[in-house]
Amino acid sequence: MGHQILKTSRLKKLLDRAMPIILSLGVFLAVATVAGLIIDVVSSGWHRLSPGLLTNYASANPAEAGLRSAFLGTIYTVGLSAIICIPLSIATALYLTEFSGTGRLSSILRYNIANLAGVPSIIFGVVGLGFLVYGLGMGRSIIAGAFTLAILTLPLVTVTCIEAINTVPDDLRLGAYALGATKLQVAAHVLLPRALPMMLTGGILGISRAIGEAAPILVISGLLFIREDPVSLFDIFTVMPLQLFNWISRPQMAFRELASAGIIVLLLLLLGLNAAAIVLRHRLTRRLT
Amino acid sequence: MILERAEEAVETGEVSEILSRPSDEYVVYTHGLRVLYGSRPAISDITLGFRRNTITAVIGPSGCGKSTLLRCINRMNDLIPGARVEGKVFFNNEDIYSPHVDPVYVRFRIGMVFQRPNPFPMSIFDNVAFGLRVNGIKLTRDGLRQRVKEALVKAALWDEVKDRLDAHAGTLSGGQQQRLCIARSLAVEPEVLLLDEPTVSLDPISTYKIEQLLRGIVEDYTIIIVTHNMQQAARVSDYTAVLMPDQSGVGRLIEQGPTGEIFTNPRDKRTEDYIRGKIG
Repeated sequence: MGHQILKTSRLKKLLDRAMPIILSLGVFLAVATVAGLIIDVVSSGWHRLSPGLLTNYASANPAEAGLRSAFLGTIYTVGLSAIICIPLSIATALYLTEFSGTGRLSSILRYNIANLAGVPSIIFGVVGLGFLVYGLGMGRSIIAGAFTLAILTLPLVTVTCIEAINTVPDDLRLGAYALGATKLQVAAHVLLPRALPMMLTGGILGISRAIGEAAPILVISGLLFIREDPVSLFDIFTVMPLQLFNWISRPQMAFRELASAGIIVLLLLLLGLNAAAIVLRHRLTRRLT
Repeated sequence: MILERAEEAVETGEVSEILSRPSDEYVVYTHGLRVLYGSRPAISDITLGFRRNTITAVIGPSGCGKSTLLRCINRMNDLIPGARVEGKVFFNNEDIYSPHVDPVYVRFRIGMVFQRPNPFPMSIFDNVAFGLRVNGIKLTRDGLRQRVKEALVKAALWDEVKDRLDAHAGTLSGGQQQRLCIARSLAVEPEVLLLDEPTVSLDPISTYKIEQLLRGIVEDYTIIIVTHNMQQAARVSDYTAVLMPDQSGVGRLIEQGPTGEIFTNPRDKRTEDYIRGKIG
């Protein structure tokens, strides 16, 4: 009997030791793939990194080609989409958590917002094309692109904002209500200050996603080759992922290298944004608690 | 003739209407109060009055609906999903569940202190001023300072915090935080103060301080305290109400009266058992 127990415990011990290795395989696979890609991109693109890459317009000559119009297009559309999306998401989240009550409609809405976050981005592009570009007559403009990206990121950011509000201790909510605060006051004085750092982090994650989107913008803008700066919200535009797509699809090696350099710029932009999210959250959290 | 008239009155519900009317000696009066969470009743048929400028303790074993009863009195149950309140709760002879009553106003007049201290993540001063600000009470700078000071004095916290009103509330000890929460409620000058097991998370010295301060302010307020602690109820309250779950787990009022009588000469066997520690 005692022998039996000894045996099983040995097997258990072995499994216990092996488990971390088995489980970490997934992590290793992901990290290795990303690392491989980054090494590949950096080694083929780093010598193409130059100020000209950001200041030159697109060109048929790889030595003169740059990202200028695409970079500006990305900044304008994504920046504008964030300005539209983040306040809307916060308002939606506050409505669904505090104002709409706990009825059937509210739970249906909540469930479907989570579903929307999983809809392929090309669908949003098609909706944007039909509704914004043609329906509202915005044309293939920056503002149409910005609204499309805003609608695309809205569910994602809203879900994060709802989670952020749910992390606020119920004690504080009820404490404020017990003092005679209205729903609006509870939202403004108790929920929002506490949830804001996490909400903004969610907003920046939404921006990060919008920056990398090529498909919906391809549908909206349709343009891959622009040689002028956008000056108004109703100007035509292109974005970085589209420019990169254009370069990759060309046969010359030089353009492939340019594409790699462009990817490095895009990655740096994303890393910068994520770093900003962390710093922002850290600062705000420290100030509030 | 008179008998006929009486029978008629019973049949038409006139009698129960008259019986359900609170008398003036009660600030808060519940009549036939019943609360359901979903379809499950938590408390049923609670008819209970709370006298002005007294402390009433609500005691009973866990799950008997003491907190539920308390939350009916300032309409905090409105905030709990699926909670439904039936019956009547009168505050100064006005039914607080009638449609034209604003629950926000009810909570402004009837303050509440919770089990765990829940100061807001802001300064001590701003915590106490919070209720005044959200209720739009316009005061001068000095007026506001004066109100905050008065509330802190009543809550027996002033001497400990007068030199650091701008310090974050989180720097206070648990007992101080709970007294801050009491000060915060008192600052808006409610008529009634509800306390839901306010000392469960505190040490005996902090508990003693809170009991002392409650005795000190009872001249100005009507206090209702839910407690698990029998000694606390005996020490602090003038009146006691005993709630007990029936066979199906629904909380019912089994006894009420002056605290001295309840503790020395309970009428109900279950009260006696509970007080002696045989139940709960």
